[in-house]
Amino acid sequence: MSERASSPVGTAEPASGASPTATPTPTASPTERPGRGAALVHRLVVVRELGILAALLLLVVATVVANPRFLSGQNIRDLLISASILTVLAAGQTVVIITRNVDLSVGSTLGLSAYATGTLLVNGTPVPLAVLAGVAVGALCGLLNGVIVAVAKVPSLVVTLGTLYAIRGLDSLWASQSGRLQINAADLPSGFKAIAGARVLGVPVLFLVAVAVVVLVGHHLRSYRSGRELYGIGSDPDAARLSGIPVGRRVLAAFVVSGALAGLAGVMYAARFQTLDATAGTGQELFVVAAAVVGGVAIFGGSGSVYGAALGALLLTTIGAALPQLGLNPFWREAAVGALILAAIVLDRSLSLRLARRLRGRNLRGS
Amino acid sequence: MTSFLSRRRLQGGVTGLAVAALVLTTAACGGTTRGEEETTSNGGGAAASADPDAEIPADLAVGFLPKQVNNPYFSVASAGAEAATGEFQGQYTETGPSEASASSQVSYINTLSQQGTDVILTSANDPNAICSALDQARSAGSSVVTFDSDTDPECRDVFINQATTEGIAQTQVDLIAEQTGGQGQVAILSATANATNQNTWIAAMEEYAAAEYPDLEFVATVYGDDEDEKSFQETQGLLQTYPDLAGIISPTTVGIAAAARYLSGSEFKGQVALTGLGTPNQMREYVQDGTVQSFALWNPEELGYLAAYAGAALAAGQITGAEGETFEAGELGQFTVEADGVVVLGDPTVFTAENIDDFDF
Amino acid sequence: MAVDTTPATPAGQAPAQRPRTASRLRLLGSGDAVITGVLVLFLVVAALTVEGFASARNTGFLLLDVVVIVLIALPLTLVIVTGEIDLSVASTVGLSSAVMGQLWFSGLPLETVIPLCLLLGAMLGAVNGFFVTRLGLPSLAVTIGTLALYRGLAFVVLGDRAVADFPRSWTTWAISGIGGTGIPVVVVPLLFLVLLTGVVLHATPIGRSLYAMGNSEDAARFSGIDVGRTKFWLFVVTGVVSALGGIYWTLRYGSARADNAQGLELQVIAAILLGGVSIFGGRGGLLGVLAGALLLGSVRNALQLENVPADVLNIVTGGLLVVAVVAPQVAARVRSRTRARPAGPPSAPPARPAPDAHPSTDPAAQVPADQRGNR
Repeated sequence: MSERASSPVGTAEPASGASPTATPTPTASPTERPGRGAALVHRLVVVRELGILAALLLLVVATVVANPRFLSGQNIRDLLISASILTVLAAGQTVVIITRNVDLSVGSTLGLSAYATGTLLVNGTPVPLAVLAGVAVGALCGLLNGVIVAVAKVPSLVVTLGTLYAIRGLDSLWASQSGRLQINAADLPSGFKAIAGARVLGVPVLFLVAVAVVVLVGHHLRSYRSGRELYGIGSDPDAARLSGIPVGRRVLAAFVVSGALAGLAGVMYAARFQTLDATAGTGQELFVVAAAVVGGVAIFGGSGSVYGAALGALLLTTIGAALPQLGLNPFWREAAVGALILAAIVLDRSLSLRLARRLRGRNLRGS
Repeated sequence: MTSFLSRRRLQGGVTGLAVAALVLTTAACGGTTRGEEETTSNGGGAAASADPDAEIPADLAVGFLPKQVNNPYFSVASAGAEAATGEFQGQYTETGPSEASASSQVSYINTLSQQGTDVILTSANDPNAICSALDQARSAGSSVVTFDSDTDPECRDVFINQATTEGIAQTQVDLIAEQTGGQGQVAILSATANATNQNTWIAAMEEYAAAEYPDLEFVATVYGDDEDEKSFQETQGLLQTYPDLAGIISPTTVGIAAAARYLSGSEFKGQVALTGLGTPNQMREYVQDGTVQSFALWNPEELGYLAAYAGAALAAGQITGAEGETFEAGELGQFTVEADGVVVLGDPTVFTAENIDDFDF
Repeated sequence: MAVDTTPATPAGQAPAQRPRTASRLRLLGSGDAVITGVLVLFLVVAALTVEGFASARNTGFLLLDVVVIVLIALPLTLVIVTGEIDLSVASTVGLSSAVMGQLWFSGLPLETVIPLCLLLGAMLGAVNGFFVTRLGLPSLAVTIGTLALYRGLAFVVLGDRAVADFPRSWTTWAISGIGGTGIPVVVVPLLFLVLLTGVVLHATPIGRSLYAMGNSEDAARFSGIDVGRTKFWLFVVTGVVSALGGIYWTLRYGSARADNAQGLELQVIAAILLGGVSIFGGRGGLLGVLAGALLLGSVRNALQLENVPADVLNIVTGGLLVVAVVAPQVAARVRSRTRARPAGPPSAPPARPAPDAHPSTDPAAQVPADQRGNR
């Protein structure tokens, strides 16, 4: 919200009868001006991601010094599996945040989709069908959010706060009404349970799924017109609308993607934990948004990459696993996450200020 | 000029708020420190004498308030309480919060009290947070029975203990000693760190093991918060931190199931012993695949059943919660109230591959 | 909506904006009236149909459940009106509760512990304020960070322990009723704070400057308001009041724990938004917030008395929140369509951005300016 001050159009331009169509296009928007400015922005994003990677390496090295077993095969696999669910959620969240929106309902969506998948499996639905159904349930939740946000034009923070409650309530109502409060490992088909332990060349399949999601989403955001338009919307919705981008449709699509990925995360959750009740994924929204922000996705849209968010998710997960190894009380985890978010946004701010200075040097027609 | 003006006014407002805050909080008189607490009178309980032959009145309203709704363990206990209520022809309601936090039960106790419930059966998320609400309910005429997890004894009439602390602690330590050969490192995977029952059991286990199995070394206690995912991760963390771990005791149903699932899918299956308190339905798979040899639990259905009968006995005046009083609990037979208003259900049942299929809860 | 700020600034300094008189209307807040009406209607229906709802005793229970929510909603409303947000309030409650428990446990008298906790709250609020106003960071991101940080620190301070041996005289005071009525004693100081906040927000230049900031920070700055300083102090006040909430919470439940009030920020924000305050600032009133908090509390209370399960309560809470924000938007669009038709084709509202200095942070801001001013 105070971000407005730095958003190009929000700066001191009293609305002195300027014709709406003459609204200047934002100088720093990647879609509108793919010149050297965009190259600079891109370099900044890369630098930012290398920074997280460095922090991650530093953390791993410190932990390995404290406990060499931290790099054992089993432990790395456990870590990658733990990170994959958060990574998939963070990828979806990134798509939404880039459009200057937020989806707080992902934890509840994950829970509903996990329970739906579990219920279908218990009733004998074939595994591929149940997996698709789980993703579809998530996509439906996303559609609900998207419709309210894009069509009714209501702030996403409020809408998804509401659906956070409502979807969770639906989930537990379903669990209590069906009389199946908990789905246990014994109830699930072995074909589904095998997913959790399955590996390709020693790499857990769940992690490969997460990598595939990140690459797909990342590629789309970077190389497709509809992906680039999301950045334009996030940089300045009005300008985006004026330049002919179908803002409502894009935002709706972003929410559906986020919901579908939360649904996929729910399926992955079901495969990994195999004990499902109505509380699955409670409170995840905090860590998901944290992963994106730590990964350099600006909370008010327009910049950031899904790769950064994935690295953020990996970093947060590693912190959780590393603290006990470093002899620190696990209670420090949440505090560390908080401190990391603050550090990340301070860093982003100073980087973008520097960028703005350099852009101003090149391009005198600034605001 | 304007900015100065509004700033001064704003600071005036701030000062006003701060003063009001101080007034609000220091309304009581000065110099209160810890330990100089006056002894307090009992909240609500009647001092009337018991009449063991009193009839249980018809249409007794019984309210069941678990730590959290949709928890399978409590839903089994609830079925027992409902069955008992049916036997003495009472009105049964189950209610409760969707999250197991210290304060979330309070408004549900208030609601039960407001509805004129005669008997409140509850398992406390925090031993003190619901105390004042229970006191108010008792002064409004409700009898309060706690089960599974007790409150401060002052705030309830009777506590139904699933088994004695010693019984539970000794059974689990004996089971782990049997499986590890009585030596090596043992870790505990508990629920939340301030769950009263968990902490008493853990202390008793360590004490008993020190006396009976000196070669068992308790290396760590970790907390899974009765959340499946957290318990799973804590187990994972334990095995990293203690590569020589011989066994894990998890005295909570969520914890043992999560730990068993982690072990059964890891290289530690069959290498690290696991026992604790679990439900047969959740553990069946792991007993059959060899991850777990044996574990124990009382029957939660009987726990709920006994709690309902104890509540009815209180409401009827058969007992008042004083030591030595006795009452009949349907098909479970006769029970005696022990010191501090505690009623013990009995020793836990041990489940193994041989008998696990006889149970369905 | 920089136009609305004109009354707040001395005549000569107002930026060149078309003067409008809609501000009076906004101050009274017709949104307030709607939500208050809904509350009154609900209370009447509940009193007639829900057994045990309309009694002094139940009113006491109901009020006790909303005291902390209303308390924290007071400063948070001001924060949101300026266009910022503070998500860390519940974590501040938790941290001050944990510190209160730890200090009391170490033997300090409560009369020392309580001011220290309030001071702590001020510091926590100042940290938020510093990041937002001095470093210019978005308050949403900052306070998501401090939400995690403060809650984490609470666990570092008190761990999983609970400190519960607070003096009985204090804990019973926290829930005691006025005379024999069952209406909690704490309602009296709370009402005082409500009045104070209401006066500050609706009847002083400070309040008007808060709306001005929420409508257009730049316009507010041009008209001579020290935006940074005002927001900084608002965050400090929010911290202090949240700490006060933590102290009261601890005494009310007689138990100091690090996880106290976890998730309360959502309930407080839900109450504020239900009360008609715009998440983007510049709009809303305290009466509506009060009604919103009471409505959420009464709906929960009444449904509980009707034995409606907790799952349904969550659905109702979420649904209410969504309806509360969707309904006015829909109404506004219907109104604008019916009004726009006779005027002729050129001004179809969604097609052109509102010609005010308010940068739309979201599609919602596309509602024409005159309608936003009316709510």
